[in-house]
Amino acid sequence: MYCHNPDSIETSGGKEYHIEELVQMAFKMKSYFGKKGGVTVSGGEPLLQSKALIFFFKRLKEEGIHTNIDTNGRILNHFSKELLDDYADLIMLDIKHMTEEGYVALTGRHNKEIAFNLAKHREASGKKMWLRYVLIPEITDDPELLHALGKHFKGYKTIEKIEIQPYHKLGIHKWEALGWDYQLKGARENTEQELQIASNILKNYFKEVKIN
Amino acid sequence: MEVKQFKNGIWTEKVNVRNFVINNITPYYGAHEFLVGPSTKTLKLWDVCKAATQEERQNNGVRCVDIETISTVSAFNAGYIDKTNEVIVGLQTDELLKRTMKPFGGFKVVQKALSEQGVKPNKAITELFSKYVKTHNDGVFDAYTTEIKKFRSLGFLTGLPDNYARGRIIGDYRRIALYGIDFLIESKKEDLENITGPMTEAIIRLREEVSEQIKSLKEMIVLGAKYNLDLRRPAENAQEAVQWTYMAYLAAVKEQDGAAMSLGNVSTFLDIYIENDLQEGIISEEEAQEYIDQFVMKLRMVRHLRMGAYDEIFAGDPTWVTEAIGGMFEDGRTKVTKTSFRFLNTLYNLGPSPEPNMTILWSEDLPQSFKDYCAKVAIDTSSIQFENDALMRKSRGSDDYGIACCVSYQELGKSIQFFGARTNLAKTLLLAINGGRCEETGVQMVDGIETCDCEYLDYDKVMANFKIAMKAVARVYNDSMNIIHYMHDKYYYEKAQMALIDTNPTIDIAYGIAGLSIVADSLSAIKYAKVNPIRDEDGLTVDFKIEGEFPCYGNDDDRVDILAANTVADFNNELKQLSVYKNAKPTLSVLTITSNVSYGKKTGATPDGRAKGVPFAPGANPMHGRDSNGAIASLNSVAKIDYQDSQDGISNTFSIVPKSLGANKTEQIENLGTILDGYFSRNAQHVNVNVLNKETLLDAMEHPEEYPQLTIRVSGYAVNFVRLTKEQQLEVITRSFHESM
Repeated sequence: MYCHNPDSIETSGGKEYHIEELVQMAFKMKSYFGKKGGVTVSGGEPLLQSKALIFFFKRLKEEGIHTNIDTNGRILNHFSKELLDDYADLIMLDIKHMTEEGYVALTGRHNKEIAFNLAKHREASGKKMWLRYVLIPEITDDPELLHALGKHFKGYKTIEKIEIQPYHKLGIHKWEALGWDYQLKGARENTEQELQIASNILKNYFKEVKIN
Repeated sequence: MEVKQFKNGIWTEKVNVRNFVINNITPYYGAHEFLVGPSTKTLKLWDVCKAATQEERQNNGVRCVDIETISTVSAFNAGYIDKTNEVIVGLQTDELLKRTMKPFGGFKVVQKALSEQGVKPNKAITELFSKYVKTHNDGVFDAYTTEIKKFRSLGFLTGLPDNYARGRIIGDYRRIALYGIDFLIESKKEDLENITGPMTEAIIRLREEVSEQIKSLKEMIVLGAKYNLDLRRPAENAQEAVQWTYMAYLAAVKEQDGAAMSLGNVSTFLDIYIENDLQEGIISEEEAQEYIDQFVMKLRMVRHLRMGAYDEIFAGDPTWVTEAIGGMFEDGRTKVTKTSFRFLNTLYNLGPSPEPNMTILWSEDLPQSFKDYCAKVAIDTSSIQFENDALMRKSRGSDDYGIACCVSYQELGKSIQFFGARTNLAKTLLLAINGGRCEETGVQMVDGIETCDCEYLDYDKVMANFKIAMKAVARVYNDSMNIIHYMHDKYYYEKAQMALIDTNPTIDIAYGIAGLSIVADSLSAIKYAKVNPIRDEDGLTVDFKIEGEFPCYGNDDDRVDILAANTVADFNNELKQLSVYKNAKPTLSVLTITSNVSYGKKTGATPDGRAKGVPFAPGANPMHGRDSNGAIASLNSVAKIDYQDSQDGISNTFSIVPKSLGANKTEQIENLGTILDGYFSRNAQHVNVNVLNKETLLDAMEHPEEYPQLTIRVSGYAVNFVRLTKEQQLEVITRSFHESM
């Protein structure tokens, strides 16, 4: 509803690259990755292309490049499991909403549990994961929701941190450029205080809370 | 010499500042939290300076001039900003921001600069220089050939130091603080005794030069005495060390007005005295910072008398008081000290500023806390630049060096440079397409190049012709350099600076090129697309029609990047064949200062599709807007130019909008540090970093009064944005501001 890259939502279109071209592009940037950097695939939803990503990540691993997936976690199939288990050094999992009702209102889709299942699967693999949570005033920032989020993931050992994504309207012009109606026009941006309150709540449950 | 508090070494026996530093440095690995703000005294002084610089801006860039005095080391009486608050004293004249006549470079330039201010030199001086005294400029034009004059006036060779001081030489200003002048005089006298026959021209010249140096050292004693300082003896504490060092630098900028008058690398040296006084409880951190703040303030107030035309090649009234900060020793220790931080801290205490031109000698091995702080300062102030310490140390051989002018390595006290401005390589390429004729005037410049009248330019043919043209241009360029430096030594010898350098130092001649990206893209267009030259009735190209696509330099595409790298290598090879006055070693830079605008004006349309008169990209930068593959691809292209072919430096000015560097300050700092590590690991040599939004610059054009200290890196130096001409401001704004990595 508020994606800041609406131009990437459509699953057709975009520019096609050969995997090896992408690997070469990444390789040329390798010296700029430092200790923490690497390749992050985001979206749209990268897990839609899990099969291709397996080959891509496999090649990146061969070149010694760190791999990361930024996902909403809605695809859990044979290919995405293989990708997650064997090739993704890190995943950044976007948690949209803690209630099914809120989830549907926000994403237009049902079954928030899919993302939770993916988290559970990742936890079982023992590999690192970060959570991301977009804090939208009056929609996702209710303290109850935040406590629910914390409680749900409290026991997870693979979660290194949770990142609070403040809500911003930078994406609006892109929606307008695409001739679409921006869905969340009524929402406002967070105040500094609201961000702090949310952060303080989450600190009860997570090792690290970061406000992006 | 006997200095109790310091660890002795060979430096105690003979002049060797490096040895002193190595033996006594306290490297600092901690964070910047120890830094303090400016003292009340400093703030009071800075208020006076700010008011004076505002007056200067309102008065067309010049606050006041002296027409009565020839500026020499000891010519003026003591001058103060506000004596009671000054802990570091000394001005170039008896008054803040007063500009002076230094006529030995060229009297006509002095007259012109003064007449632009509506004044004339006094009668006696005018008579002296019209009738009796010969200048560097007079000498050069006595010797210039018709051919050199032709290349010069048609814009193939520009900005040559043939009518003002050549600059670039860095005196080892630390020597006066460490040894005191008496010791330095004795040492020079000993050298003079050992310079004996047979009396060849070189030996006679050297004897005369050393004698001049000794006289200059004596003049520096007089300069010190005017401020009640006894410079005959070594500095005995931190305040004196800063003061003595500044006096040495002051002597240089009283005598010479070279475009670039670098400071060297004094911060690490001064730290030894400061650390000593702090340890002994003689001074506090507040006082330590106060010395550095006031020293830096003085450096910001250095001025030279310039004529209006000068601004075209060196915009914004720069002085290039370049100070190299950081870096590593050969033994693996870092040269970073607390005073490295204190220097950078002046950009907060006194606000951003182009001068002194603070240059970070970057190495992957620098302490992380220092890297972070440098990145923070770059993001906050856009006032500092970075150079690859590991690369220069390894290739050039010393870990005790300064940066001459913008980007050029110079070993301190052991080596000097002959400044060579630059040649217009884009115009040279057009010679190859126009049968050796100047594309603008049709004047025959180079013989032996066939005119090609085919429909499309043939790459192999153009390349063969380009090589002939480069060879000829290199020869004329070298001729002009030999004359210029011969005459400069003869009529405007840098006796003060040379007195602070070893007798008979090694010399690099610093040639330069402009228009590299234009050449690379033009060659790429000819090679990968079809280029149809449009010629006028005289057969000169006036435009080019390009059919098809071609890769542009700046996108990490080897097909074209190699054309850029090879061009530099080829031209450097041509220069290397030619012998230089005083056996100087040829080095080459890819650096334009702001002359990329005026070079563009003097160059016709080029085969890359650039229209006649359009500015070049600065230095080794890709052409604006053509590096469309993101910031890293652009950096990677520049990194492919081999430093071994361009040892005078490869300047890259890099502008990025804050949000693409990271969401918040912490991320931005981390990412900038990572970018610098990445860029330099590819053996790149230099980068200017601007972290700015275009909107800020546009607003500053509208409301200059609100941005008196807005600083931006342009090409090897920084300028006060509001001091640029409208044309230059617009050029800066059209440059690529990377919005993605």
